Amino acid sequence: MITASPTAPARERAMPGWLRRVATPKTLIIVVVAGLIGYLALVPLYYLIWGTFFDANGFTMGGFARAYGDPRVGGMIGNSLWFAIGAAVLSLAVGTALAYLNVRTDVPFKGLFFAASIIPLIIPGILYTIAWIFLASPDIGLLNKVIEPIFGPGFFDVFTVWGMVWVEGLHLSPIVFLLMVAAFRSMDPSLEESALMSGASRWQVFRRVTMPLTRPAIVAAVLIMVVRSLESFEVPALLGLQNGIYVFTSRIYFVLRTYPPDLAAAGALAVGLLVLAVIGVAISNLVGRSSKNYQTVTGKGFRPRPMELGKWRPVMGGAIVVYFFLTVVGPLLVLLYTSLLKFYQAPSTEAFASMSLDNYSELFHISAATTALKNSLLLGVGSATLVMALMAVGAWMVVRSRIPGRQLVDYFSFTPLVVPGLVLGLALSFVYLRSPVPIYGTIFILLIAYCTRYMPYGMRYAVTSMHQISSELEESAQVSGASWWQTFRRVLLPLLSPGLLAGWIYILVVSFRELSSSILLYSPGNEVLSILIFEQYENGQFTVLAALGVVMVLTLAVLVVIAYKLGAKVGLRQD
Amino acid sequence: MLRINNLVKTFDGERRRRHSHAATPEEARVFAVNDVSFNVENGQLFTLLGPSGCGKTTTLRSIAGLERPDSGTIEVGGRVLFSTNEGKKPVNVPANERGLGMVFQSYAIWPHMSVFDNVAFPLQVKRRGDRVSRKEISERVMRVLETMELANFADRQATKLSGGQQQRLALARALVIEPPLLLLDEPLSNLDAKLRESLRYELKRVQRELGITSVYVTHDQVEALALSNSIAVMRNGNIVQLGRPREIYENPNCRFVAEFIGTSNFLSGNVVSKDDDRYTVNTVDGQLVLDSAATLPIGTDVIVSVRPEAVEVSTTSRAGEVPNEWKGTVLTRAYLGDSLDHVVGLGKHELRTRGNPSTSIEPGTTVYLRMDPAKLVLVPVD
Ligand SMILES: Nc1ncnc2c1ncn2[C@@H]1O[C@H](COP(=O)(O)OP(=O)(O)OP(=O)(O)O)[C@@H](O)[C@H]1O
Ligand SMILES: [Mg+2]
Repeated sequence: MITASPTAPARERAMPGWLRRVATPKTLIIVVVAGLIGYLALVPLYYLIWGTFFDANGFTMGGFARAYGDPRVGGMIGNSLWFAIGAAVLSLAVGTALAYLNVRTDVPFKGLFFAASIIPLIIPGILYTIAWIFLASPDIGLLNKVIEPIFGPGFFDVFTVWGMVWVEGLHLSPIVFLLMVAAFRSMDPSLEESALMSGASRWQVFRRVTMPLTRPAIVAAVLIMVVRSLESFEVPALLGLQNGIYVFTSRIYFVLRTYPPDLAAAGALAVGLLVLAVIGVAISNLVGRSSKNYQTVTGKGFRPRPMELGKWRPVMGGAIVVYFFLTVVGPLLVLLYTSLLKFYQAPSTEAFASMSLDNYSELFHISAATTALKNSLLLGVGSATLVMALMAVGAWMVVRSRIPGRQLVDYFSFTPLVVPGLVLGLALSFVYLRSPVPIYGTIFILLIAYCTRYMPYGMRYAVTSMHQISSELEESAQVSGASWWQTFRRVLLPLLSPGLLAGWIYILVVSFRELSSSILLYSPGNEVLSILIFEQYENGQFTVLAALGVVMVLTLAVLVVIAYKLGAKVGLRQD
Repeated sequence: MLRINNLVKTFDGERRRRHSHAATPEEARVFAVNDVSFNVENGQLFTLLGPSGCGKTTTLRSIAGLERPDSGTIEVGGRVLFSTNEGKKPVNVPANERGLGMVFQSYAIWPHMSVFDNVAFPLQVKRRGDRVSRKEISERVMRVLETMELANFADRQATKLSGGQQQRLALARALVIEPPLLLLDEPLSNLDAKLRESLRYELKRVQRELGITSVYVTHDQVEALALSNSIAVMRNGNIVQLGRPREIYENPNCRFVAEFIGTSNFLSGNVVSKDDDRYTVNTVDGQLVLDSAATLPIGTDVIVSVRPEAVEVSTTSRAGEVPNEWKGTVLTRAYLGDSLDHVVGLGKHELRTRGNPSTSIEPGTTVYLRMDPAKLVLVPVD
């Protein structure tokens, strides 16, 4: 046709106009960010389900049958619950008692609490577990050597469920401590004082006033700790496998390590673990929401006054020193001690005489060590940067925008919080084993895993910072004629930067500890530090491992102090 | 009934050390209560009154046993609760064995208990020997709840009560063990003005009906004047004046008390002559004669405190008939409902007067101020 109908050009002009309106940098960025968040959160779960329930012939329950048909599965579930609940109860008892002493009493050595509460960030779980093996293994444990003359050999045995409960519980207790400190701080102390004035004894006050009022916090803490212990990999793998004590995570690992690996059965176990984790988190949310708001009028008389412990003060002080030694000094010292030896041995004059820094200098000559350090740094910096960049935009969507479906962005970014690291690792291998893009076997799959795992933390930092910036600052930039992107880059980002930086360092720190996802995704040449330590442990290279551990702890300590300072500045607490 | 002698309580000043010039922690110590002594007779309501931070709460909490004083003695009904007397064994009865009743500023109602349970708690936690039966607990709780007009709410969750009801509940809980002494820390300060007034009388009624000895802390002078049998005005950890409400109001012994209680005009001057109790004082604005029991030599610098209601404003002069008549000009007036204030310019200063609303004078009018020598107060310069 030569003569065009009058409507055609009009429509032609309308289309680019519509496109131009939609394809602004703003929409592009938002769509890309929302898409990435959704992709990272959902795709692994989808493939996990798919890989578990479908094989070449379609739907199948074969994986489930093989995983749960095993006669040992009952024991495995029992051990999982025993371990998880035991560790949760231990961490709760210790953490709550410490928090109460710290907030409400005149207990001595309050300075130690600070150190004890940031240690879990500094000692990665794998090192903590190995340190306890050095301390309480029946054959080589130093504690056993010390008490051998009295109790005979092998009195402590860390390779039991009780040993696992002990190590995991102690490692989690600082987190409970932080949660409960917040709970006790927010309680009006005159509620306790009025009970005291009514003639109640200390114990009656604690049982009938303090405990009921902090119950919501306690329930939440216990559930979170149960979920975290269920997800824990380091402790069950290093302590349980030796004596054939399986829990979900170590069983999944075992199934994947036997040849040929039964992916569907591992998937079935992973789904089971995921369901347990989801139930735990769901209950804790439910409890959190339905718990009555106990906020009462607080007058200006609100002034937390420490309770005098009287004759119990030295006793409690002693208990705190013991706790500090058990959780901090003991594990660190034994690592340091081991790192100076030629071969692992109990302390003796010869042992001390043979001490040297050889293991440290050897670290420079092991190519695997430098590679692992490089990889860990690369992954830490990479994932921290990517996550914080994504979450800066994500937080803006959730907090500021009126975009429909923004709540989904919020949900998706927090989804990985309930996915155990090992499950995520498995799910990602399901995705990228099938993917035509050659990512499996490269460091990129680790990067994807890290980004996914740390998305929730990044979101939390970004959202908190975003809430602290008045929306009027943004609006005034818009009124001044700035575009969305200009406003974001010139006003929001600079204001957000302290919070984003704190989140960045936090992610960098925790990424050094990552083991449970990496263990399923790494390939030779792509080891990270925690994997290297795991390998060296399996090879029995205790002394070099200890040296590597000491270096790692020192590096992390510096990073954590910076993160803590920055976090305090933007009003965030780490856990 | 209650005897307090030489009570001292200090706090570490560590937190402020960075900002103060104190070199040592000793120098930085805060003397929250500094040598306070007073007695309260049986059935009396005694008030600690003073500005924020003067140590009222600290004194009260020391009596309660929630704070451990540095030194001094505290005695209730002949029983020594705290003592650091030299030579004798130090005594410090723990708070939960003192058996006193206390109402907190924040009420401290336990949110996880019902109204009934809140009141029953002090009876339930009694020691084995003194424990009362379930039936008696229930009876006693209901009796107290009835006195406080809360009986209908017995089963309600305590947090579901209004502010005034929570306040009464806190009082009921303090009274249920029939304590020999009731301690109240600003119990009305969280309520709005209207409710505060009605509860003030309610409190007075209960206190008088039960004849319970009470120590009441407040920074509200109206409350103190309305409720108390005697008042101790505190400042920086010290009692500056102790007396019946009327004495405190009409005869403040220093400018601080006069300023803190009610409103007052202060005129500085100099004693020019003295005849028994009758002083003549020269001020910048004129001469005043006044009666005072103080013994001050001629030539002393003094301050004359003039309560606004002690000044009579009139458009006609009665010079010669009555002493202390000054001339001035009305600057502004303010209608306050139950009274009317005029601010009168006197050349150099202004004087606030308060009178019946029926007398209202246009600003700009020349007026005559008359001040009764008996109502003027001579305050030493501090
Ligand atoms: N725990 C404490 N640590 C340090 N200083 C304290 C402490 N408690 C009280 N103080 C100080 O002691 C002084 C007296 O305090 P107190 O609470 O008795 O005042 P108050 O007269 O009750 O004041 P308000 O009317 O504001 O309640 C204040 O300067 C206060 O800062
Ligand atoms: Mg006070």
